[in-house]
Formats: sequence, C-alpha cells, structure tokens
Amino acid sequence: MSVTSIVKDREAKTMTVTAEFDAPVERVWEVWADPRKLERWWGPPTYPATVEEHDLTPGGSVTYYMTGPEGDKPRGWWKIVSVDPPHQLEFDDGFADDAGNPNPKVPVMTIRVSLEALANGRTRMTIETTFPSPEAMDELLAMGMEEGMSAAASQIDELLVPEPQVG
Amino acid sequence: MVVDRDERTGRVFRALADATRRDIVARTMRAEQSVSGLARLYPMSFAAVQKHVAVLEAAGLVTKQRQGREVMVTGNVATVRRASRVLDQLEAVWRGRVDRIDAILTEDRRGGAKR
Repeated sequence: MSVTSIVKDREAKTMTVTAEFDAPVERVWEVWADPRKLERWWGPPTYPATVEEHDLTPGGSVTYYMTGPEGDKPRGWWKIVSVDPPHQLEFDDGFADDAGNPNPKVPVMTIRVSLEALANGRTRMTIETTFPSPEAMDELLAMGMEEGMSAAASQIDELLVPEPQVG
Repeated sequence: MVVDRDERTGRVFRALADATRRDIVARTMRAEQSVSGLARLYPMSFAAVQKHVAVLEAAGLVTKQRQGREVMVTGNVATVRRASRVLDQLEAVWRGRVDRIDAILTEDRRGGAKR
C-alpha cells in the first residue's frame, strides 16, 4: 500500500499524508514538476485536470481546470511559496471562479510537499496540508477527527443502507 | 473532487461538533421525536435542548413540525449523508492521488529507464 499514514491534527490545523513509492526521489519530483504528469494524477478520473500555467518558482503560479462529467470546469490555482528541487515544494492551494480569479469564499490551504530518499531507491513523500483558520478546519476536517462523529456517522451509514441510494 | 466548502457545509460541521446534537440527529433519524421527549433524555434544561434543536434545524440536519402541543423533530437523512461524505472526502482525494502517482511511477519503471 502506498499511503502509509494519514494524520489529522486539530491543534496544528494540519492533515499529513505520508506515502512511499518504489521510485527514486527525482522520479517522484517529476510528477509535481512536469505539468503533463501532474495533470494525470491531480484530478480523479471523473475530473481530469488540465494544467495551464506551471511555474514552480517562488511567487510563481500553477493554474488548472478540471473537466467534470457534465462538462463543468472547476478551476484552481497554486501560488508557489518555496521550492527546492527535488525535495521540497510549498504552495498555497485555492479555487478560482470561471474567469480564473481566486474565489475568496473558499478557504485557501497551504500544502508542503517533502520528498525523502529511503533505502533501495524508494521515496517517502509527505504532504502536509495546513488550514488557514479554525473555521476552515471546521468546514473541512473538524468532524473527521472526532471519534464520536465517526461513530455517529457509521451508525447513520448503517441506518442508511437499506434505503435506495439517492445521489 | 472539489470539497463542498460552502457556508452550509460549515454550519453542518459546527452543528455536529457537539455530542448531544449528534445524539439528537441519530435518534431523530431513527424515529421522529418530540422536543419534550428529547429534553427528558439529557441532563439539561428544556430550553437548552430547544436551542440544540434550533442549531440542527438551521444546519438542515433536522426539521421541526408542530403537532398539537408538541414540536416533533425529524432527522434529515440527506444532509447527514452529505456531511459524512465531506468528512472523508479530503482524505479520499489524497488516497486517490497517491494511487495515481504510484501508477505513473510504475509505468515509468516499466517503459523507461532500467534500474
């Protein structure tokens, strides 16, 4: 399994995903640094990404849109904070309106990518997502971290099972 | 893919951040409950339970309906379903991304440089 851990830390307002790949650091870096590779994994198969701008330098931008099954095209952007190939990349990650302008109603997350060489040519990738505010954290994650909620959610899921799936 | 982050979602999460309110949602999803019946279940005042119900109603998690002298509360399955999806969504987004990166790297290895 590639994902080795996912840790959500409410205090620090972060979610950290750790994964390991059977490929050297330089190769893993390419999936971020090569826009054609990036667009093969950033969006899910139902929402493939098309990367337009791709400037991985401090202050530089990455802009993209995803194409949904109904032709909808949600747009997003990165603003590069810092970059140290092939080990570190930090950027703000936000959504944009149809004209490509940042959407202020959606919280902006900061994503820090770290690539670390392991033995046998393997690489550990750590993705730390930091949320800007407790409210944004609430919106996106807070409940996921509460065992009580997870329990309630699974109970609720059980209650929902016999019902016909709506959406 | 795009996590639903509108204000309504924020309200749902904040409403569910409280154990009593989660319990009210779970119970009223199973069966309609009166506010006074709910109030008997928790060590708090009727007014406090009313307030919890109002928060849940504002979030769309329950609906209230007056029946004679009672106010009946019903859990809103659709809202709960949406909330439980959002919870897992961001995590699921990254699991999906990591799997796709893995696929790209595996392809690189097969088709590209020998190691």
